[in-house]
Amino acid sequence: MVQQVVTIRNRAGMHTRPAAALVKLAAKYKADFFIEKDEFEINGKSIIGVMTLAAEQGSTMLLKLDGEDEQEALKDIVALVERGFDE
Amino acid sequence: MTAEKQQGDEIVLKGIPASPGIAIGPVFIFHKDGPIIQERSIHGHEVEAELNRLGDALVRSKKELTKIAEFAEKKLGVKQAKIFEAQLMILEDVVLFDSIRNRLRNELKNIEYVLRGEIGKYHALMLASKDEYTRERASDVEDVQNRIVRNLQEQRLVSKIAGSHIIVTKNLTAADALILSRNDVLGYITEIGGATSHMALLARALKIPSIVGIHDFCTIVHKEDSVVLDGYSGTVVINPSAETLKKFRSKQEEHREFEVHLELLRDLPAETLDGHRVKLAANVELEEELEFVKSQGAEGIGLYRTETLLLGKEVFPTEEEQYRQYKIIAAGAFPQNVIVRTFDIGGDKLMAHSIKENNPFLGWRGIRVMLDEPKIFMDQLRAILRASAQKNVSIMFPMISHVKEVRKAKEMLHAAKEQLAAKNIPFDNDIEVGVMVEVPAAAVIADDLAREVDFLSIGTNDLIQYLLAVDRGNDVVSGLYQEFHPAVVRFLRRIIERGKGEKVWVGMCGEMAGDPLATMLLLGLGLDEFSVVPHILPEIKKIIRSVHYSEAKHLANRVLEMDTEDEIKSYMKEVMRKKIPDILLE
Repeated sequence: MVQQVVTIRNRAGMHTRPAAALVKLAAKYKADFFIEKDEFEINGKSIIGVMTLAAEQGSTMLLKLDGEDEQEALKDIVALVERGFDE
Repeated sequence: MTAEKQQGDEIVLKGIPASPGIAIGPVFIFHKDGPIIQERSIHGHEVEAELNRLGDALVRSKKELTKIAEFAEKKLGVKQAKIFEAQLMILEDVVLFDSIRNRLRNELKNIEYVLRGEIGKYHALMLASKDEYTRERASDVEDVQNRIVRNLQEQRLVSKIAGSHIIVTKNLTAADALILSRNDVLGYITEIGGATSHMALLARALKIPSIVGIHDFCTIVHKEDSVVLDGYSGTVVINPSAETLKKFRSKQEEHREFEVHLELLRDLPAETLDGHRVKLAANVELEEELEFVKSQGAEGIGLYRTETLLLGKEVFPTEEEQYRQYKIIAAGAFPQNVIVRTFDIGGDKLMAHSIKENNPFLGWRGIRVMLDEPKIFMDQLRAILRASAQKNVSIMFPMISHVKEVRKAKEMLHAAKEQLAAKNIPFDNDIEVGVMVEVPAAAVIADDLAREVDFLSIGTNDLIQYLLAVDRGNDVVSGLYQEFHPAVVRFLRRIIERGKGEKVWVGMCGEMAGDPLATMLLLGLGLDEFSVVPHILPEIKKIIRSVHYSEAKHLANRVLEMDTEDEIKSYMKEVMRKKIPDILLE
């Protein structure tokens, strides 16, 4: 299991489009993907779950990957978040 | 809304006119409630059947949403179709539906119940969010849930209605209005909504008379009741008497005849009998309106509101996205001129600042926001400049209250020009710049402002509210919002005189410009340009062409001496009725 804290950079936070981008990327990997924010833990491969997070700019979340390709998955997902979801 | 009982059954109500025209006919009450979900225990052997039902319902739901998205894209554009994207994505959420299937197997309850339980969790969490955007997404989630359940229960959402009806409902989305319009719809009446909502714009584009904002209308009216809908005044009459029917049928005829004269008026200039010429333009938000605007005889677009680019959007559109949109409007109006107003929004639309202003009306909005957010402002300025390449675009700044603001905005415009020039991107170097006069301070220093710009445009909607200290949205005092309050009239005269004293033209894009009762007065005060809602254009032109400028000036001078709105209004009505006997004044 690997994990890392990331900060949301986008001005509008993680709204529908970045949420969809995150979920699409996570779907490529076999590893289980969970996101912890405040008291919630949601499955990062579920769009409805990620939509509920309502992560605004500047907020932090803990990304948790567990599975055979966890290293690669974490690296790529973190990169996506830090790139501001390419917005 | 006011309700008065007259002549036994007849009930007269007032709402907000959203789309002009008179409709007379039976009502059809359109219910869009959520389906009823009952809890039922199931046996182990029923699990497979329930899961199959879910599979079928999901397939049907996806098909429906895809069709709606396509229809919306065709009729309303790509932007609007995006509303349905989020819902489609939820239907494909593997994690969600795996959980639902597992819950069904473990709890042995019917699929509708399990579905609502699971999706309901997310719905409740979103509703409770501090973030407004997330709260709005909650209704998308609920919509998806209801759609799946309707398909599970094999209910069709009523969209086929036999016969011609006036459709009555609590709230009508633009999508609903579109889909329902496939029937023979005489008109729309809703309980909720505003005159500038997308549903209203769509109704106008479809030429379906509509009225919004009549509270509890669905409970007052009954199935198949006969109703008169007057989309000009916002009046609804339930169970009209024979006399009322006659009155509205003849009004319908008058309007039809008036519209026949439209063809003739369209190409005629907005000129008084003694040769005084003014400019008659239109206020516009969507490209879909351009065709109608031209057919109404507009000479240009006196106000293009750019805020619509922000509707339903999560981030500010890029310079490129804005340029594409502004270019469409500029090209559509060409060779006529388009005045583009920079973003006139409250600071709350900027996600980064979750400020809760106690009084947003007196707070961070309009030009103030743009000057504080240079990156956003420069994006828009460059986009507008690029769209001005054909030299038919002007730019206008909202909520100006200080000469410093104009100078700063002009500096930034200059910088934007330099950036584009450095890259050899074409734009109109002589693009005309104007400001909206809506803050009272701007009116007082109108001459100073006029020295900095090429034109002034009076925004009466906000100006009157600020000047009279009245919030139009406040039911308790909204009656105090008076267009013809002596202070307003005198203020208007000041603005026009001071502007013209500095050799700039002064126009008006507020609602008052489109009020037929105000036309002669505004003419007489020396207004150079009237920018109005497209559907009222011919009427305003008719008035201008039916009077003498000398008479209009005389009327204005008389009005300036009066000290109550009532006196002013009855005087003007009297004059107008004598001059233009067939003018239809509300």
